[in-house]
Order: sequence, then structure tokens, then C-alpha cells
Amino acid sequence: MATATFKIWRGERGGGGYQDYTTEVTEGMVVLDAVHQIQAADANDLSVRWNCKAGKCGSCSAEINGKPRLMCMTRLNTLDLNEPVTVEPMKTFPHVKDLVTDVSWNYKVKEGIKKFKSDPKRAWNAQQADVDRPQEFRKCIECFLCQDVCHVLREHGLYDEFIGPRFFVYSAALEMNPFDSDDRLADLKDTQGIGYCNITKCCTQVCPEEIKITDNAIIPLKERVVDEFYDPLGKLFKIFR
Amino acid sequence: MSDYQTYEHDVLVIGAGGAGLSAAVKASAAGVKVAVVSKSLLGKAHTVMAEGGMAAAMGNVDDRDNWKVHFADTMRGGQYLNNWRMAQLHAQEAPDRVRELEQWGAIFDRTKEGKILQRNFGGHRYPRLAHVGDRTGLEMIRTLQDHGIHQGIDFHMEVTILTLLMDAGRVVGAFGYDRERGRFRIFRANAVILATGGIGRAYKITSNSWEYTADGHALAYRAGAELLDMEFVQFHPTGMVWPPSVRGILVTEGVRGEGGVLRNKDGKRFMFEDIPANYKGQTADNEEEGWRYTQGDKEARRPPELLTRDHVARCIQREVREGRGSPHGGVFLDIAWIKERIPNAPDHIKRKLPSMYHQFKQLGDIDITKEAMEVGPTTHYMMGGVKVDAESQMSKVPGLFAAGECGAGLHGANRLGGNSLSDLLVFGHRAGQFAAEWAKEHTGGSVNNAQVEEAAREALAPFDREGGESPYAVHHDLQDLMQSLVGIVRVQKEMEQAVEGLQKLRARAAKVHVHGNREYNNGWHMAMDLPNMIEASEMIARSAIERKESRGAHFRDDFPDKTAEGASFNSIIKRGSNGEQVLERVPVKEMTAELKQIIEEMK
Repeated sequence: MATATFKIWRGERGGGGYQDYTTEVTEGMVVLDAVHQIQAADANDLSVRWNCKAGKCGSCSAEINGKPRLMCMTRLNTLDLNEPVTVEPMKTFPHVKDLVTDVSWNYKVKEGIKKFKSDPKRAWNAQQADVDRPQEFRKCIECFLCQDVCHVLREHGLYDEFIGPRFFVYSAALEMNPFDSDDRLADLKDTQGIGYCNITKCCTQVCPEEIKITDNAIIPLKERVVDEFYDPLGKLFKIFR
Repeated sequence: MSDYQTYEHDVLVIGAGGAGLSAAVKASAAGVKVAVVSKSLLGKAHTVMAEGGMAAAMGNVDDRDNWKVHFADTMRGGQYLNNWRMAQLHAQEAPDRVRELEQWGAIFDRTKEGKILQRNFGGHRYPRLAHVGDRTGLEMIRTLQDHGIHQGIDFHMEVTILTLLMDAGRVVGAFGYDRERGRFRIFRANAVILATGGIGRAYKITSNSWEYTADGHALAYRAGAELLDMEFVQFHPTGMVWPPSVRGILVTEGVRGEGGVLRNKDGKRFMFEDIPANYKGQTADNEEEGWRYTQGDKEARRPPELLTRDHVARCIQREVREGRGSPHGGVFLDIAWIKERIPNAPDHIKRKLPSMYHQFKQLGDIDITKEAMEVGPTTHYMMGGVKVDAESQMSKVPGLFAAGECGAGLHGANRLGGNSLSDLLVFGHRAGQFAAEWAKEHTGGSVNNAQVEEAAREALAPFDREGGESPYAVHHDLQDLMQSLVGIVRVQKEMEQAVEGLQKLRARAAKVHVHGNREYNNGWHMAMDLPNMIEASEMIARSAIERKESRGAHFRDDFPDKTAEGASFNSIIKRGSNGEQVLERVPVKEMTAELKQIIEEMK
């Protein structure tokens, strides 16, 4: 039977180190299977979050060989098993224990975004083409891998000034929802730091739902912010309208 | 008084899936103080895995649909053991609940006229499931979550409840621990709503996540509630079977709704060979008619692949058993074949079933637009649960409510696909409303310190035991036992073995040892979940032994037919004075004349 070695981060609150575990590899296995096998056999108290095991809930986010990924969707046959596979917690969020991090910041950020507000004058009628784009954004499973990889949070730690790719996608879904009537552009500009994003597209690359975060959400929002606040001709036009 | 952190609320909701969030939103809108505790993070509950849609007779696609047809479909699917009042309320109220979701920001797929699109599903006469591609559950939970966080509800994420707190026979709160630090918490509340989902983790091949450990079933049972219809466990006909690590993961019925067909290894559409008498009139008898149905032809009858789940699961099991299965012990589910019928089929499939495409591509190296999938039955849903009042969702225990999968009654012997998401909304809403009313009228009541201390002592015991085995080992054996002895096809002797085996597992679970400390210790969490799963498993086995016939999801090899006697009762389990399970039969209540007439007309 083939085996593979996993270097798994063990420890609490930022402390700890890698520990090696060797486990059997069978056809079709994903990293989460390996972690579960190790947990059941060698490390009962190994901390790991997971739920659906099918890439639909976004619970088992981690960094596998340094890349932010879902453990349940990372097949072992896509990794080089001649080398140990490193599995460690997301680095952008405070560490709790082993593979678990404290992602509560994300939940707080969401509360600060204006919620959906229906337009009382509009009928509940829309064409599919009008909802395709917001539906793309609503595929988001809140795994927070885009937040984890974003350098504005990861390197610069601007948690108080920048809401991160996940919440630009969330805001874009609301802004482009044909039934919504609120306006979030001032918040995006003033308090949510959309200007900090310099479009490196790291978030798009790690999105397990393949949402085109940068191209379809962030850039259009940036354009709307520019149109609204930095376009002198547009401003003039608005005054005389 | 214990020095555990105590939280005071009017209504406590246990569980943050579709039912729990619906209940919390409604209760909070009724003006009471609400807390939600959930084992996982918010938005991760198993509702996200619901794919096909929510059944609501809005008639957007076929205007012949209305609540009466939906009601009759639900009753027929449940083999008339359903609580008919719940089936009526469900059919009548589901459309409003779907529209409410839209008004809170959900974005459903649209018809050409711009209305909410509805799709075909097993056992539903007309296209009825409001949906968003094949990720409807995610849309639902996200909408409720994003709406709920602005309603002043307190969310306690990653908290597990160990016991319901009782005072003179009524519920006054709950006691549990937070997973992160392992610290105990007391939740004081005038009303408690259980919305904990199902029991699927008791089985080896399952579509359920780690959370589905029968917590609500066991909490209610220990508090004195009655558990109804526990013999009815739904095995979804189409779970993935290969590779081994993904065995059991759900393949939505939507694949068949969009024209996917089931074939055995000889390429034969075996479902045509076995159409139950009560569905003959509404099932296509040739492939051409079946195809036309999936493409919206109102004159056509549905293909036999869209018969009820219990039946399709058994037919698949039969093909496999009789040697006509696929290489890895399933059958073939083929959607790629529709390229013979429509242009741009691959794009169409990817648009209609995006997450199925993704799931097979990534986990199975299969392109479903080109090849057939291999599928087989997987433990999916628990029809049985806490017996509740149809209107209010209150159990026999004053102040204790249950909604969603952990409640029971709506689905009878077999649930129709799509009736779960609508169940969560309709009865979550009702539970929230009535729990809020109850909480306003029933204040007071005090926490029994001895009960809290006892629960805390029990919870910590696994750390102190030396030499006990790992909780994972006990869980592994439980899953093996339930899968092999109380699965899709049941016989008396095996189920008796199961009951005996469960006593041994119970004893082993009481002696497990856990390593490490209390901080986010998955092994410890498993040790505390085990007794709940074992309790519910025994209820399943005992109820199944008692029902000496085959009906809906409950199939017995030794009693393969339906009986008149079986149609006359529901099974109930409650706790005896020595903690033992006491089984009773209660007669099925007679339907009102109005509902009887509807059933008659829809035959």
C-alpha cells in the first residue's frame, strides 16, 4: 500500500510547529481524507474544521504546500507525494489551534455592509440575463481563501480600513442585484478601502468557486466609484440634470 | 450557582441551518430576544448541500399547479403516514416563504417571463422547485444569514449543546460548550427550538457532514419528548460511489430532472421495468415521452427516473445485487446523452448543473458532459424525529419546539425531493412565531444547578479515563453496524442483532478516552456526539423491527409488501422510567373530508 507523509502544523495560538505523519494513500483521496485518517489513527485531538467535504461550504480552508486551498477539493494525485505535503492554517487570521483559525473578523466586516434593501417601486420580475452576474457572486462559499491571500490583509494588516475581496464580491452582488435599491459606493470608497486593491488578481486565482473576483466584481466597483466621485464631467452633468 | 458564563434570552434556537435561521428571524421579528447556537460557523450548515430546490406550488411554469396538487403529491410520496395537517400547511404556505426569501435578497433563476423558475423533481406532478442552478441550499442559507445578522439576533458560533435544562417539566434553557476553548455556557430561555438536522453520521455511506449526529433527537428524547416515525431513513438513490473517498457525496436529483437517465451495465434503462401501481398513471411508459416531460411538454408524463427516492434507491440496489451494476458497485447516471437531443448540450449541462460538473471533474476525473456518472444509494435524510404539534411545532415538552429535519410528520414514510427546503422555511417560520408567543407568556423558571454540574461532569469524564479506546473507533463500528444491519434492505434477525450490538456500543462509548486539552479538540467533541448517535440508532432499529411491512423508505426483505395494518399507525418512541426506550403505536388520524376529497381527485 502506498503511503505519503504530511507535515501538519500542530500548536495553539500561533505557537507550535510541523509534525510529520505518515498515512496510507488510496485512489481518489483528497488532503482532508488524509487529515481525517491521521486524526482517527494518530492524533485524536487534531483540530480541523470541515463540513460538506464537497467544496460547497467553505469550512476546510488551509494552506497546502504554501497555497491557500480547500482541503476537501485538493486531490492527492495533484501533489508530489515523494515530498512531504505541508498542511498549515491560513496565515491572515489569528491562529486558534492546529489547522483552525479565528475567522470572526469576516463576520464583523459583513455586518458593517448595508444590507439588501428592496425597491418598493419595482416589480419582482427580472430576466435571467439581468441576474447572471449577481448569481456568479452569490456562488461564494465564504471560505475566505481570497481574504487569506490578499496582501492588503496578509502583509499590510489593514483590517480596519479594508474589507477584502470577499466583501467586494458581496457588495458587488448587492449593487448588481436588480431588486436592490441601496447605494454602497461611498462606503466602498471611504471606509472599506476599495482603493487599496491594486488588481494583482491573487484572490481570483485561489477562488474555489472560480468567481472572477477582480474582473467582474472589484474592477466594476472601482469604475462605479470613479464615475460617482472622481468624474468632473459627470459631476457637472449631475448638477444640471 | 455555577460560575459558567450565562446568557439570557427569550428564545434559544439550536442549529443554524435553514430551519434554525428561519425560526430565529421570525422569532426576532416577533419582538423577543433570540440567540442561535450552531456547531459550525454561520452559513456552513448542511443546508448548503441542498442542491435541487425548494418545492412551492407557485405555478410559474405550469399554471395547473396549486397547493392541492402539492399536498396530494406529498401525501402520496409519504405513503399516507404523513401528518396531513402539516402537509396541508406546508403546501399552502411554501409559496409565500419562497417570495419572502426573494424579498430578503435571494436571486432565483428566472423564467422567460421574468418570474421565479421552477424545475421538475421526483414525485412532483408539475415543475415546482424554485432553484438557483444546483446550489439552492447555499442561496437559502446565505440569504437567511445575511438578513438575520441585521435583526439583533445573538449568534453563538461553534457551540454545541449537551443537555436541555428543565424546571418542573418545562424547558428553561440549554447547557453546552464552545468548541474553541472548551468552556461551558448556560443559555437561559423561555422557549427552545431544536433545528439540529438529522442523524446521517450514524451510517457509513452518507451524504451528511460531521454535524449530523442526532443531537436534537437525543436532547428531546432525554427531555421527555416523543420521537415519531424513526424507522424511516431516506437513502438518496444517487450518491457518488467512486473514488472511495467521495463515496456517499450527493448527486442532485436535478440531474434526472434535466433529462439524466439511469442505466445498468447493459445500457438498459431499468427503471421502466418496475413502476409502482400507484404511480403508473402518471409515469411515462416509453423513453420518448419521458424526454418530452423533462423538456417541459405538459402532455407528457414523467420518466420513471423521477419516481420517489425510496423506490429508485431500491431499484438501483437490485441492479447491483443482481450483477448488473457499474464497475464500482453502482449504476450509470447519464446526462451526457442529451447531446443527441439538444444543441450545445455541454454548455447547457454546465449552466444547469454547475456544481455537479465541478464536483465530478475535480473529485472523480469525470466530465459529466461527456461520460456517465457512477451512482448508488447514500444515507441522506431522516423522516423521523420529534413529534410536534402541526400548527405550532411544539413538542410534548412545554416550551420545546422542533423544526426541519429533526422534527417529524410532514414527510411520512418518504420525503419528496424539494420538500425539505420548503419544510425548513414553512415550519422554521412557524416554530419561530409560536416560540416567541410562548416565551412572552411563560417567563420565570430557574436553572437547576445540579443538572448543570452533572452534565459538566459527564462531559469531562473522557479526559480522566485511562486506557479507554478512541471515540473514532467506536464511531467507525457504529457506522458499520447501522450500514450493514439497518440499511436499505432490512430483516428481523439483523435488526435484532443491531439492537444488541448497540448496547455494546453504548457501553464502549461510555468508556472512551480522549487525549489533549479542551481547546478545539475534535476527539473530545466526537466523544460527546457518540451517545446521541447511538440513542437515535437504537430508535431506528426498534421502530424498524416493529413495522412488519415495507412502506416508503422502510423496506423489509421478510415482509416485502405493504399491509393495511401498517397504514393504520405511526411509531412513537419515548423514554421509560429507567431510561429505556419504550415503543408505542399511535393510530393514524383520520383526514378531514376536504383533504380526503383532494386526495381522491388527484389519484
